[in-house]
Amino acid sequence: MSATDSPAGMPAPDNAGRRGPMAEVFFSLLRSGTFLTGLGIVLFWIACALFGEHFVPYDPLADDIINALAPPSAEHWFGTDQIGRDVFSRVIVGSRDILTVAPLATLLATVAGTALGLFTGYFRGIVDDIISRILEAFMAIPVVIVALLAIVALGTSKTTVIVVIGLSFAPIIARTVRSAVLAERELDYVAAAQLRHESAFHTMFVEILPNVIPPILVETTVRLGYAIFAVATLSFMGFGIQPPSPDWGLSISSNYGMIGGGFWWTVLFDALAIATLVIGVNLAADGVHGAFND
Amino acid sequence: MTEKAGNALELSDLSVAYRVAGRNRAVLRNLNLTIGQGEAYGLVGESGCGKSTVALSVVRYLPRNGSITGGAISLDGQDVMKLDGEALRRARAESVSMVYQDPGKALNPSLRIGRQLTEIFELGGIAGQAATDRAIAMLNRVRISDPASVMQRYPHQLSGGMQQRVAIAMALANDPTMLILDEPTTGLDATVEAEVLDLIALLRQELSASILFISHNLAVVSKMCDRVGVLYAGMLVEEGSTQDVFNDPRHPYTVALLRCLPRGGQRKDQGRLDTIPGFLPGIGADIKGCAFADRCALATDRCRSELPPLYDLGGRLSRCHYHEQAQALPRATPSDVAAVAKAKSEPVLHVEGLNKTYASHGHALRAVKDVSVSLRPGETLGLVGESGSGKTTFARLLLGLVPPDEGGSIRLEGKVLAPRLDNRTDDQIKAMQIVFQNPDSALNRSHSIRHLISRALKRLAGLRGAALQARLDELIRSVRLTDRHLAVKPRQLSGGLKQRVAIARAFAGEPRIVVCDEPTSALDVSVQAAILNLLADLQSKEDVSYIFISHDLGVVRYLSDQIAVLYLGRIMELGPSEAVFSGPHHPYTEALLSAVPKLDQTETSRIRLDGEIPSATHPPPGCVFQTRCPRKIGAICETQEPPLAEAEPGHSIRCHIPYAELARLQKPAMQAEPA
Ligand SMILES: Nc1ncnc2c1ncn2[C@@H]1O[C@H](COP(=O)(O)OP(=O)(O)O)[C@@H](O)[C@H]1O
Ligand code: SF4
Ligand code: SF4
Ligand SMILES: [Mg+2]
Repeated sequence: MSATDSPAGMPAPDNAGRRGPMAEVFFSLLRSGTFLTGLGIVLFWIACALFGEHFVPYDPLADDIINALAPPSAEHWFGTDQIGRDVFSRVIVGSRDILTVAPLATLLATVAGTALGLFTGYFRGIVDDIISRILEAFMAIPVVIVALLAIVALGTSKTTVIVVIGLSFAPIIARTVRSAVLAERELDYVAAAQLRHESAFHTMFVEILPNVIPPILVETTVRLGYAIFAVATLSFMGFGIQPPSPDWGLSISSNYGMIGGGFWWTVLFDALAIATLVIGVNLAADGVHGAFND
Repeated sequence: MTEKAGNALELSDLSVAYRVAGRNRAVLRNLNLTIGQGEAYGLVGESGCGKSTVALSVVRYLPRNGSITGGAISLDGQDVMKLDGEALRRARAESVSMVYQDPGKALNPSLRIGRQLTEIFELGGIAGQAATDRAIAMLNRVRISDPASVMQRYPHQLSGGMQQRVAIAMALANDPTMLILDEPTTGLDATVEAEVLDLIALLRQELSASILFISHNLAVVSKMCDRVGVLYAGMLVEEGSTQDVFNDPRHPYTVALLRCLPRGGQRKDQGRLDTIPGFLPGIGADIKGCAFADRCALATDRCRSELPPLYDLGGRLSRCHYHEQAQALPRATPSDVAAVAKAKSEPVLHVEGLNKTYASHGHALRAVKDVSVSLRPGETLGLVGESGSGKTTFARLLLGLVPPDEGGSIRLEGKVLAPRLDNRTDDQIKAMQIVFQNPDSALNRSHSIRHLISRALKRLAGLRGAALQARLDELIRSVRLTDRHLAVKPRQLSGGLKQRVAIARAFAGEPRIVVCDEPTSALDVSVQAAILNLLADLQSKEDVSYIFISHDLGVVRYLSDQIAVLYLGRIMELGPSEAVFSGPHHPYTEALLSAVPKLDQTETSRIRLDGEIPSATHPPPGCVFQTRCPRKIGAICETQEPPLAEAEPGHSIRCHIPYAELARLQKPAMQAEPA
């Protein structure tokens, strides 16, 4: 053996002053105004969902028929609805259901979509062709139709909403994951795994998955925005969250007939709430996307 | 050289720093450098020494965290630092052009070549047909034979060499006075590299542009440049005419760099390559005395405390206190090897009639055609040929990563291997492993080095627990890594260290055969020498056989016992390394050998290979090499494919010219070749 370069002469691993890619993303998120604004809005609504009921002025479910349809005033900041419930209290607490259902639906979509994307991207060929065609067909059906069918089959419940939205978004996430996996599949570390006789499961989940986390995170945050909108829409149509929840979509649905009578406050504040939450999530998603693509 | 006032580029006391983790770290330190009008100046040094930073500073294209912390840059007498936005833009557009290593950087993948070229002229106010005509003229100028069709294509539809030529065409579009080439041929194979270099040399005469040519390949620089500067830790350590610096170096670093190259037909059984111990100081390192002192065997206390000035040795400079002794630098690596007399044993690998046909746009693409070779234990089979000649496909067929066509056979230690990896036994799989060209692709970036090697030990050697730990320690020591390297992720290691990890992984299961696919082509000469020594040491210790693929013929020659020369998937020549290199050889081998840029510039009768390798979907009839063969003898070459005929025992050539005739034809060139 020749004494090529002595181990003692080797430099310490070259990480002086450099952070890992995930830490890099984290710090760049902290510097992103877009992300921080979005995060602020979302955190506000999460706080309302968690603690709102302790400091709202009225019980959001308590009716007060005598004061029905009162316009905004010092007593009822956002006015009252048809049966005299305080709109302000309802808007604050109304984030609770949507903020459980939408994230759970997104989580389901992410888990199912990631598994499908890994599968189709890894096996390629015929498996990919068949599954991809099915997913495309599935994506062509509007969520509402899927929802109708599911409700007929499963009945209305939060679980139904989660399953419907989760499964309709899964193919979209699968598509993103699949294209990332197809690119990874070409890298030599996959061939190296085959030359160790690794199982397909190991190669997909231990070798490839950690490298496709960034696009999955980006897609997930984007999908969360759509999921919130989808939950609100389903609730508005009566297929989603059920009364007596003070849910925003549901409130708009039961009050929008009142707008013609000039009782705008029964709808406006719920609509604004949905809009701010969706915008907040989208800003955060933009920030995440930017941080990964810097 | 022209008088001072007319210098094309002048850097005076240039200092550049990159801001990392809140601190400015020096990369270039008081660099002085002058390039005269029409001069070609070469800048060499290991990667990380600051070569690219010089190039980027000239056009003020430093990355966001980079800044010029002192000194001045003047281009054609114009102070670059004082240019305002508009003037700077104009200088970039009109007087300086850059070509990078990766032509992908210059070309937009989503636009057709034509669009990208005409755009440059449109910015200069020339539009429509006039712009198209100019674009076609540009492509003609860089010797692209069918410019109209190339204009219609997207970058990915062109080979690497073509892309680089288009990038050069774009760089020349505005008749720059200064052309900066940063490693323009590093990613190309030997013949394409030779073509691109010839092109640059030709254009130089036509254009009178001054050139700053950056490369870590000393031979390439020696071919291209009038003067060279050797950069080390952001300082010039030696400068002078190309002849002087490469043939009579006066700085220990230059001496050491030149010794890393396998030269004059050096072979593994004649000794190890010299290496440079240690590493380049990191960026921002506090350098008191000589920057090279930690790695220099001549260093004294004076070197460590007193920064050597650039001693003027009459028309050349050296930054060494002991420049007159530089060539007495002791070797860092003992050259001697215990030469083991090999008993002629049965082949470990025997490949018979291997074929691989791909379907490409409805045509059959014969990537590998009728290849038969065998390999003995402890020996190396070198595979050479231009890119596209089927080297990597052949390697993948052996490994079972792609299945071959029906018919041929691969025998490992006498047993026929299943065509597909899935059907091979664990023992067969672990017996044949690979070191890939690009460790960034081969090492999973999410896993630590410990995980990468342990997993291989677990799967390939079946080890667990304490036994695994013990073998892991032994293995990393045999590739000269330390415990410190185990905890980190691949991206925290340099290219050479990553390649050691890849080698450790390939050796985990005590393989019989390791395929090395261009394992050093991305590495500096100093690191390359260390890796080649390591491979040679492991081979003599473990009696492992290599299939070694490289387009660097000096490297192949150093490591190989047998050589197979491939062209369009066929073996054109096969034989003992010495016989193939010393000749008489196949006309294709002859052309490959003469395409290699050599350090000593005694240019003998050089043979050119014109044009690109033909498409494997439509190989030429008769001899597949006939379209480019400089020795073609006539109609027979166009109609009949020559057989691979044994010329001497163990040495076969696929050519219609009889062996004795080849010997006669090649005689003058062979005599001129240095021993
Ligand atoms: N943007 C950057 N930020 C921090 N360090 C950098 C940056 N670019 C290059 N470096 C470091 O500066 C040194 C010189 O780099 P470079 O000019 O690219 O050298 P070369 O071209 O000779 O390989 C290296 O250590 C490199 O890692
Ligand atoms: S100055 Fe000293 S340490 Fe530096 S290169 Fe010369 S002999 Fe070596
Ligand atoms: S057979 Fe003819 S064309 Fe082919 S290599 Fe020999 S001389 Fe050249
Ligand atoms: Mg560089």
